[in-house]
Amino acid sequence: MTAQKRELLLGIDVGSTTAKIVLLEDEKIIYSKYERHFSRVREKCAELLSGIRDIIGNDSVRVAISGSAGMGLAQCADIPFAQEVFVVGEVIRKNEPDTSVVIEPGGEDAKIIFFDGAPDERMNGSCAGGTGAFIDQMATLLCMTNDEMDAASLEHKKLYPIASRCGVFAKTDIQPLLNQGASKSDVAASIYQAVVNQTIGGLAQGRKIRGKVMFLGGPLYYCRGLRERFTETLGLTPENAICPEYAIYAVALGTALYAGKIGKSTGLSELIFSIENAKSYSESKDILPALFESEDEYAEFSARHAKADVAKADISDYCGKAFLGIDCGSTTTKLVLLSEGNEIIYSYYASNMGNPVEVVRGELEKIYSLCGEKIKICGSAVTGYGEELIKNAFGCDVGIVETIAHYTAAKYFCPEVDFILDIGGQDIKCFKIKNGAIDSIMLNEACSSGCGSFLETFAKSMGYQIAEFASKGIYGKHPVNLGSRCTVFMNSSVKQAQKDGAGVEDISAGLSVSVVKNAIYKVIRAASADELGQNIVVQGGTFYNDAVLRAFERELGKNVIRPAIAGLMGAYGAALYAKRFDASSIISPEALSQFSHTSKSATCKGCTNNCHLTVNTFSDGRRFISGNRCEKGLGLEKSDVEIPNLYEFKRNSLLKMQGGEGTRGTIGLPLALGMYELLPLWYGIFSELGFKVVVPEMSTRRTYEKGQLSIPSDTVCYPAKLMHGHIARLLEEKCDAIFYPCLSYNIDEKASDNHYNCPVVAYYSELLEGNIEELRDTVFLYPYLNVNSRKELAKGISDYLSKKLCKVSLKEAKKAVDKGFALYDSYMASVRAEGERALSFAKENGKRVMILAGRPYHIDSEICHGIDDLAKSLGFVVVSEDSVCHLAEPPKVRVLNQWTYHARLYRAAMVASQNENIELVQLVSFGCGVDAITTDEVRAILEEHGKLYTQIKIDEITNLGAVKIRLRSLIGALDEKAEKSEEKEAQKS
Amino acid sequence: MTEGFVEFTAEMKKEYKILVPNMLPMHFRLIMRVLKNYGYDMELLESEGKHLAEKGLRYVHNDTCYPAILVIGQFLDAIESGKYDPHKVALILFQTGGGCRASNYVSLLRKALSKAGYGYVPVIAFSFGEIEKHSGWKITIPIYLEIFHALLYADLLMNLRNQCEVYEASKGASALVCEKWVAKLTSGDNHLRMPTKKESARTYREIIDDFAKIELNRGQRLKVGIVGEIFVKYSPLGNNNLADFLVKNGAEPVIPGFVDFILYCIYNVVLDKKLYGFKSLVYTVYEIIYNVVLKKQKAMIEAIKEEGTFDAPTPFDVTLTLAKGIISFGAKMGEGWLLTSEMVELYHSNAKNIVCTQPFGCLPNHICGKGMMKPLKEKYPDINIVAIDYDAGATAVNQENRIRLMLSNARLALESEAEAESESEAKKESASGEAEKASV
Repeated sequence: MTAQKRELLLGIDVGSTTAKIVLLEDEKIIYSKYERHFSRVREKCAELLSGIRDIIGNDSVRVAISGSAGMGLAQCADIPFAQEVFVVGEVIRKNEPDTSVVIEPGGEDAKIIFFDGAPDERMNGSCAGGTGAFIDQMATLLCMTNDEMDAASLEHKKLYPIASRCGVFAKTDIQPLLNQGASKSDVAASIYQAVVNQTIGGLAQGRKIRGKVMFLGGPLYYCRGLRERFTETLGLTPENAICPEYAIYAVALGTALYAGKIGKSTGLSELIFSIENAKSYSESKDILPALFESEDEYAEFSARHAKADVAKADISDYCGKAFLGIDCGSTTTKLVLLSEGNEIIYSYYASNMGNPVEVVRGELEKIYSLCGEKIKICGSAVTGYGEELIKNAFGCDVGIVETIAHYTAAKYFCPEVDFILDIGGQDIKCFKIKNGAIDSIMLNEACSSGCGSFLETFAKSMGYQIAEFASKGIYGKHPVNLGSRCTVFMNSSVKQAQKDGAGVEDISAGLSVSVVKNAIYKVIRAASADELGQNIVVQGGTFYNDAVLRAFERELGKNVIRPAIAGLMGAYGAALYAKRFDASSIISPEALSQFSHTSKSATCKGCTNNCHLTVNTFSDGRRFISGNRCEKGLGLEKSDVEIPNLYEFKRNSLLKMQGGEGTRGTIGLPLALGMYELLPLWYGIFSELGFKVVVPEMSTRRTYEKGQLSIPSDTVCYPAKLMHGHIARLLEEKCDAIFYPCLSYNIDEKASDNHYNCPVVAYYSELLEGNIEELRDTVFLYPYLNVNSRKELAKGISDYLSKKLCKVSLKEAKKAVDKGFALYDSYMASVRAEGERALSFAKENGKRVMILAGRPYHIDSEICHGIDDLAKSLGFVVVSEDSVCHLAEPPKVRVLNQWTYHARLYRAAMVASQNENIELVQLVSFGCGVDAITTDEVRAILEEHGKLYTQIKIDEITNLGAVKIRLRSLIGALDEKAEKSEEKEAQKS
Repeated sequence: MTEGFVEFTAEMKKEYKILVPNMLPMHFRLIMRVLKNYGYDMELLESEGKHLAEKGLRYVHNDTCYPAILVIGQFLDAIESGKYDPHKVALILFQTGGGCRASNYVSLLRKALSKAGYGYVPVIAFSFGEIEKHSGWKITIPIYLEIFHALLYADLLMNLRNQCEVYEASKGASALVCEKWVAKLTSGDNHLRMPTKKESARTYREIIDDFAKIELNRGQRLKVGIVGEIFVKYSPLGNNNLADFLVKNGAEPVIPGFVDFILYCIYNVVLDKKLYGFKSLVYTVYEIIYNVVLKKQKAMIEAIKEEGTFDAPTPFDVTLTLAKGIISFGAKMGEGWLLTSEMVELYHSNAKNIVCTQPFGCLPNHICGKGMMKPLKEKYPDINIVAIDYDAGATAVNQENRIRLMLSNARLALESEAEAESESEAKKESASGEAEKASV
């Protein structure tokens, strides 16, 4: 009997990384399958579908498709499409009606569905990591499989804060942790915690997750550690934290059910045929020209680059002095051993496996055995992320900052070099060289990845080794245009390209072009190739990739030099640098054979920074502590307590501004955003009016966590996010009222075209009122005020307070406003006086000054992450922009100079420009739209005056490794410049 | 005046072509027609494609808002296209001013021009209060009023087209009516000169009648509102043809008019006086203009109501009361309180499903868009908002998937609404004794 009338429903779910199918008969699952598709969407679907041939034979099924990669497929194959979040909602409503919330991180999307109260279904915005792809990427970084990482995470003892916004940020946090020896299980669990924080912060956005929670999707199904983190963070009881059997098929299941409504009835063969033959629907594919027109062209290219080689010698033939260079990079470790005649007699380049100490130990052992008695290491230098750790572990003679190492190497190679571009594992570094010294340094910011590990991750996700992936790119006939943006965006671009049917060759070539464009237009910010210079040296492991190299030459329209040792340049430069030594302090072969190393983590209690320390202990009992911002954590006392630090000065002054009689009650002022500028004014006004002013504390990481749940926009800047924690803290204080005014206009300092606040500082109260429910239990005061007219301000205060809190007469208000301004003026005067004192201190003591230029709220110890302390420990006198900007006239700028805080930046840049010993480092909060405008201007002012521009992007990131490298690069470049000019002076005389 | 300023002189006016970015194609065509009467030779740029944003990224800081990147990319692309003599073109940008970084578009454009070697090309900042003086660019209040009038025609055309397109029996019928009217309004000499009240009322009526003649299959209406940052809200180039996408997916786009935004800008100046006690004659002038334009908008709305086929938009003085208790009038940077108000307006006009568009990292929208969703949902539990970020790197796949989610939920709500309705219908029927017959 063939004439069946059984109802078969088929759901196909093609996500960004996996394909799933579910077959239902009479609403029962009779078949299901889950597999990664490695971007071969059509083939994989056809393959999965063949698997049900035995079950359904020639019977027809009703089918629908879902998933992000399924969208295009559905369209091409003319099969109904079901939106994945929507169908999951339907499944849960039907099968588990008592569920309150569904949490489903997918391959590249994250979703959350609320059932209680007003139902709501949400997906992550466009800037959000915390997904399966992110976990994959992190596992790669840890050199673990996903299963290993999961198992390790369950063993964790402690959690590190890891920025959860996107893979790039998280990497910046994780890499140093690994390099400093943090345990992998702690890091693994911390990564899961970051995913949890991202999901809760980015998706729940203030809506409480409680009741019965359903965990769905691959990542939650497979990672017990991730479930554990969710359960613990949300405080769920076991019966409320459910991960059902069908968790990974939930979407496919929902799609099958949905197929019952809208599905298309079809036979299996017909279905497979239509999927296999689905034409790409996008007619106008964005295609780039092939990297090489012909085999000949590639041969010419290879021959040209083969010329840029260095001399090598066989270590077994050599005897005499040797010099060792070690480059302990973020993902790879490189070693070079040089002969006295600069021949490479030994080199090593490989991944550091997350444990660079062990890698270097092994290599040293090898080198010693090869050297025997005939070769003596007379100098050793180390550079890179792990510089300090390696230097301490093995007793290297000197640690040098990467920029200097790379320049030393490039100069040796091409003495007239005027531009160096280095693309490494996760850094892009560019230096311009002028008059034999580094003239400007550009490093990629936390949000512009496009480096080596980025390509590697993509290669792996498509099932290739990086070398094979790169060589495929060379032969791509129609590279896809993927734009130039950060990894998260790139993921979706690749997804789209795959959907349009692009093959791995074209994607590889396209990604190479993207990496190059990212470097040129985003990091270097060049409008044309000529800006770069005439003699360009490219280096870093990524340039071993011929596709990247070719794309770079294409984009520039000129040939560049890629040394054959592109990936070893840091180590090579370090080795060259080591030649200045006659004898080396490096660990002896005997000591090396005894060497062992353990690490554990600790928290420094020296000050409020609460640095996370990693304590490395070596076999001879020596210890090396890293992760600290200042010297305290090392067990030493702060050396130069006398060095002025305006950030500290301002913090101390502001924290004194609280208290009062309290005859009229208490009023809480959140110390965040604009309050950092006008606290003296408001404190003066309210204390004069008889209120007790409560300003609980400066931000800490805890402050952020406290308020995290009510942040509605995950792309807003960190200083704004912290505001939520301050409000939460003030609510605990049970003040009679909380005050944060709305100020479209800030104080007019008569140094700009207008005197606005940025929209976030100006109106954040509107958002607080709408998003923090608890604020409704107290009196939240957020009047619109005019701080440029005492009369209007007094009137505003008197009207508003009388209406909302208690009667305040105009006369009282006037007096209070006068008092407030007196305090504000004297505070500002004291800041300026201290600024001047700091400058003269520096002059008298021959110190360099750093204007750490940002906004008033950047002095917050959680926002600036102790960068002021770090700068101080590097020998700078630290001043803030508002303490010195009065010393220069406002310069002409090419933009509308219309914000009070930002106008100070331009003047501060002038101060740095006019003084030999003053440098400016600009702090930029991630997501600060206004700084997209100011940074270019500040840079222009400084460079016009021959000064170096340094920018530090800050966010939740807490690890200062990268910042330290930047600041040390600055010092290195300054020293070198000073040396050069001294030389010149000497020559003249 | 910022550095890099090049004046658009009276001599230039005679022989230069002024290039106009592609934000609101139909509206801008009408504005250009008004200005043609005063001797300005203008051309609307209609280029599209990924390369525009890419060109922009080369010359503008990559973290700058997407509209700036797009518009500057489009200008540079046009100048370098070879179609124009770079020494005989000027560029115009619409500038609102205020504390949003958008006030810097003109400066950023000038910087980009000089970086690309076209520092000599004059840029005109078209704004209500004149930010800069150009001897060749003089827009008097009467001209502004003519422009506002033209914009009301365009708002009307946009509104009616949106109400028809998804339901039209023969595809493209409403687009044809639009084209016909744009042609009619812009052809011949001296068109779009200040019409009398009677004349404009007649034109409104003729337009409405023409749309009413289109054959529609209007079953259940799935209305989806579009709000957001002004550029990505309106510009198909900026929002990946959002309105088209909605129509293709069976939804009726509802887009609040451009004149509302203009009224918002004017009204904010009036508000500054109230909030901060600023004193100047300027405020009185703004107040007068506000009232004139508002009256004209109401006349257009009245015409729709009178004819009766279509839903009439909400007059601005009603819109501005709607966000009360959610956000204050003081929040006026970018789209400010208007954005929130329009979401409420849409909700009340039965477009409970809303796409809130913004460039990635838009500062004012942190507050007025995303920041207001929670309070809006509390007040209107069945409001269905999706926030979509637009950016040079964002892909249509991700945007469309999120919009589809919103649409799926919208349809579900519509179904249950229909069920509830038919149930209550059934109840009514049974009450009138008809049910028994039906059940047999």
